[in-house]
Amino acid sequence: MDSLQLLGWSAVAIFALGLLGVIIRRNVLVMLMCMELMLNAVNLSLVVFAQRGNPAEASVLVFLVFVVAAAEIAIAIPIVLLLVRHKRSLDLGAYADLRG
Amino acid sequence: MKYIALLPLAGFLLNGLLGNRLGNRFVSVVGCGLPLAAFAVALAYFFNLQATGAPTIEVAYTWFVAGTDVLEVSFYFDRLTAVMALIVTGVGSLIHIYSIGYMHADKSYARYFAYLNLFLFFMLLLVLGRSLLVLFVGWEGVGLASYLLIGFWFEDPEKAAAGKKAFITNRIGDAGFLLGMFLLYTALGTLDMDRINAAFMANPAPAVSASLVGILLFIGACGKSAQIPLHVWLPDAMAGPTPVSALIHAATMVTAGVYLVARLSGIYMHAPEASAVVATVGCATAFFAATIAVVQTDIKKVLAYSTVSQLGFMFLALGVGAYGAAIFHLYTHAFFKACLFLGAGSVIHALSGEQDIRKMGGLAKKIPVTFWTFAIATAAIAGIPPLAGFFSKDEILWFALASGKGGSALLFAVAALTALLTAFYMFRLLWLTFLGRSRMSAEVEHHVHESPLSMTGVLVILAGLSTVGGFLSIPHVLEPLLPLPPVAEGMQPFHYAVVGASIAIAAAGLAGAAWFFGNGAVRAERVRQAFPVLNRVLMGKYYVDELYESAIHRPLLWISERVFLGLGDRRLFDGALHGLAALGRGTAAALGRVQTGSLHLYAFLVLAGLAFALYLGLRHV
Amino acid sequence: MSDALVLNLVLWLPVLGMAALLAIPAGRPGTIRSVTFWTMVAQLALAAWLYAQFDPAKAGLQFETRLPWIPAWGVYYQVALDGYNVLLVLLTAFLGPLVVASAFTAITKDVKLFYAMVLAIQFTMVGTFVAQDLFLFYLFWEAMLVPMFLIIGIWGGERRIYATLKFVLYTAFGSILMLAALIYLVVSIQQTTGITTFAFADLYRAKLPVDVQLILLSAFGLSFAIKVPMVPLHTWLPDAHVEAPTAGSVILAGVLLKMGTYGFMKIGFPLFPQATQILAPAIAALAVVSIVYGACLALVQTDVKKIIAYSSISHLGYVMLGLVSFNYLGIQGAVMQMVSHGLVAGGLFLMVGMIYERCHTRDLAAYGGLAKILPMYAVFFVVLSLASVGLPTTSGFTGEFLVLMGWFVSAWPQHVAGNSTPLLLSIAAVSGVILGALYMLWLAQRLLFGAVKAPHQPFADLGGRERAILVAIVAAIFWLGLFPAEPLGKTELAARHYQQLVTAPATKMGSGSFSNPSPLTSAPLEKGTVAKMNLTPL
Repeated sequence: MDSLQLLGWSAVAIFALGLLGVIIRRNVLVMLMCMELMLNAVNLSLVVFAQRGNPAEASVLVFLVFVVAAAEIAIAIPIVLLLVRHKRSLDLGAYADLRG
Repeated sequence: MKYIALLPLAGFLLNGLLGNRLGNRFVSVVGCGLPLAAFAVALAYFFNLQATGAPTIEVAYTWFVAGTDVLEVSFYFDRLTAVMALIVTGVGSLIHIYSIGYMHADKSYARYFAYLNLFLFFMLLLVLGRSLLVLFVGWEGVGLASYLLIGFWFEDPEKAAAGKKAFITNRIGDAGFLLGMFLLYTALGTLDMDRINAAFMANPAPAVSASLVGILLFIGACGKSAQIPLHVWLPDAMAGPTPVSALIHAATMVTAGVYLVARLSGIYMHAPEASAVVATVGCATAFFAATIAVVQTDIKKVLAYSTVSQLGFMFLALGVGAYGAAIFHLYTHAFFKACLFLGAGSVIHALSGEQDIRKMGGLAKKIPVTFWTFAIATAAIAGIPPLAGFFSKDEILWFALASGKGGSALLFAVAALTALLTAFYMFRLLWLTFLGRSRMSAEVEHHVHESPLSMTGVLVILAGLSTVGGFLSIPHVLEPLLPLPPVAEGMQPFHYAVVGASIAIAAAGLAGAAWFFGNGAVRAERVRQAFPVLNRVLMGKYYVDELYESAIHRPLLWISERVFLGLGDRRLFDGALHGLAALGRGTAAALGRVQTGSLHLYAFLVLAGLAFALYLGLRHV
Repeated sequence: MSDALVLNLVLWLPVLGMAALLAIPAGRPGTIRSVTFWTMVAQLALAAWLYAQFDPAKAGLQFETRLPWIPAWGVYYQVALDGYNVLLVLLTAFLGPLVVASAFTAITKDVKLFYAMVLAIQFTMVGTFVAQDLFLFYLFWEAMLVPMFLIIGIWGGERRIYATLKFVLYTAFGSILMLAALIYLVVSIQQTTGITTFAFADLYRAKLPVDVQLILLSAFGLSFAIKVPMVPLHTWLPDAHVEAPTAGSVILAGVLLKMGTYGFMKIGFPLFPQATQILAPAIAALAVVSIVYGACLALVQTDVKKIIAYSSISHLGYVMLGLVSFNYLGIQGAVMQMVSHGLVAGGLFLMVGMIYERCHTRDLAAYGGLAKILPMYAVFFVVLSLASVGLPTTSGFTGEFLVLMGWFVSAWPQHVAGNSTPLLLSIAAVSGVILGALYMLWLAQRLLFGAVKAPHQPFADLGGRERAILVAIVAAIFWLGLFPAEPLGKTELAARHYQQLVTAPATKMGSGSFSNPSPLTSAPLEKGTVAKMNLTPL
């Protein structure tokens, strides 16, 4: 496997790790970080594909993902902050209000 | 012709709506005047009939049109109608006049006369109707009036219950009546009685079984005329005021069944099985009721059972084809039974409400007019010549034996025995009520007084009619319309023997009663002690009421409550419904368990779904 | 002004009334009551005028309005009077003012909403009867549920939520099936003939294969049978009646139940004649079961309203029996019984309401001897009881007599030919008159006679308003009982039309088509040979 393929697979691995973290981890902030991981893994894979094929489109997409991730973090962190202030806990189990 | 019926209806409306406000005098004048006016109109039609000889038919209006068939409200006046209408209006008016005296202290005076007039209206509809439909309107209407009048003093729950019993028992008969009517309409396309008779008399006869129709209509007659097994309401009906018992339960309403069979003689003449049933039931009822009357202790109950028994005689006559004789007996019975009931009313009035004959006695000298009229009427019903009852009863006994259409020695024997019992218990009643030593309480005895003229006058008139009524010889007046049956072969020579037997029976009854009940009724008491079981059965009226209660009424309620309501409605229908609802709720609850609130689970499910969708989409790539 | 316009006015007047109510502030209940009452009176006047103008000799639709509504689907706003609905529209309009008047003192909270709902339901009920387009009919059918739901749910008794939910869900369940069947019907006609139409006149001419008819009749029939109600789909009725306020019960018993029977008569049976002929014995059997079962259950109730509710089930059994007798007498009897029951049951519920306003209990055991303290009430109650029992001279007799005679006339030839089941059903149905007398007189006895017993004495006898209401109803009952020829003359052509449609023999046609109508027989009454003789009077 050449370096590009290795990068590609590692992007997959990082994505998988992030996904696993979102599903399994109970800490809200950790879940957020894992979601960031997934986004960045996707970015990485986009960079790899840019090297392979279409540099123009892939690069633009990379920047798009950056902007979206930043915007998302800008919204998500305050939401989480408000939630945590309300529930006084970072544990996801405390947010099971939509039960029933 | 419709005014004969409408006049009493006007009386009902006037007295019902305005009577309370306009006072008793107004009520009396309207309440008695209008029936008398109706009598006058009926008389006018009667003379007209004598003059022209042809029946009058009047159509009032069309009730319903079904293609070519028309159900009309129409009236018919022939000789049979004349007899019935004159009796209803004549005896009815007399009883209205009597009521002025009897009910003058009652606070519901206006309501009473309103109901009486309503009764007359419906009874006249019954006898004047040309179509079975109009007859049925009158039939049910008199049932209504009876219900209202029996339960007149409705504050007493027993009296109200008696009214209800009457109506319901009548209704059972009416179910049979309706089926008979339907069958006639199906076969003939008309309910007009004259056309029905013509159809059955014609050749070829209609395709429907005359006997079936006859029996169905007879079931209705049983209900209205208190024959077995629907007789149970009549004795209870004595709960009503005594003039009501006289009018409705002696002279008119209960005779409606007899009138029905006589009117439709065209059917019965061609229905030997139905006629046999009529004769047998009539004869059995007559005997059965007479046996019960022998032991009754309430003056009105004796007369009630006597009415049932005499009606049985009438049906016996109808069953053997002697329709005219039955109407004759109806006629004479109206006179003497009304006289008896009104006399009983006079006694009750004199004794301030006492009705138990064990607490009477020695009244003959104190209330002579009542006594003598009662005695005459008793002799009439017992069949002592030359009073009215002798003629009519003799005709019936004769035809029971000798009619070519069902007469038999058995019928004659039972009928003769019943006649003997009739004479016996009627004289028993006379003795215990009026003669012998007084068994009244001192308080009651002190207040004994003769009734006012409005009451005694009527008694005298009725007693007079009971005396001479027989000479009016009804069967021969009716003969063109209702031919008497042919005499069976070889029977004619026995005619005088039968007449003699009737006189002997009447005399034997008188003598027997005097022997048992004279001298303080000591011998009667001894006989009663000697046959305790028989006595108990008779006093219990053969326990028929109890039988109906346990075999019909209670099971019906049980089934309705336990099976239909408990099992059916609650468990089955509602249960199925609630089960469906529970199913819905249960499914929703089960599916709702996915909503744990755990975001992890939601996220997992989203991703799993996504993966599955991708798989499905890319499967064939 | 043209008659068609008057008919539309009769239909839409309640909506105008509702609009007027919007303008009145809630703090003026007197004005609200007056406006509603006079709106209803106006509707009655117009409906009576239309009734008088209705020409009994003209077949088909009268005073018709037909406007395209959704032309792409073949849906038209088509309303008209014909023999099927003329009496029912008059009945609805007649009961309107009486219902409003009866609620004057009974409803004290949310008065504006209540009268708005009464007007709404009046609108939907009249709409159901006059709609001649299946889509429009279905719309009104469903719309009727909403105001009724609110009436029972807000102003009802203790278990009102249970009762109203049961009523709505049960009825809606049937309606959903009806919707599916309706769509299937129209689509299948459209696929075979290319014509998309919802108009009844067109749907009657469709020829569907028998198996399809059976399925569709079951679906439509289920919905209508729930409404009638027929045993075993009746359990919503006692609860709904008992928990509804008096006005609601009167509307329910007086008109709503007739919508089910009207549905059968106008839609269910004529659209699917061969299926009806096949299912007729079963329907008749269920009708007789309704008669007897309803009466038996009425015998053992302790709640006054429940007794009358079960008696309704019993009475409407007669209507169903008349409709499947396929006999002119039976059909006319069914029509008469529909109207009669509306008056009688409505009247009885009004009377129960009057006593409830005074004593606040429906338990029969709490009452006794009312005839002594309420003599006028007792008179009206006895009259209405006897009308319920079917005493001749009342409308109840006309209906029951014609139905029973009609059924017997059609059952007897079958018995002679070997099939005795209809005759047995006839005998069972006639026994219903005995049971009817039994429970009704028992009720009258417990309520009116005997020792006096009633909570919250002393109270007054009937007031002027109550008397006027009852006199109106009793007058109508006697009019129909004594002179039925004229009203039934107006429905005669419709009854014949119905008879023709449902007794149509199956044609050899396969799937649905709009070809020439099959040669319909006119099915005259079967009579014995004597009818051919010329019977001259004696």
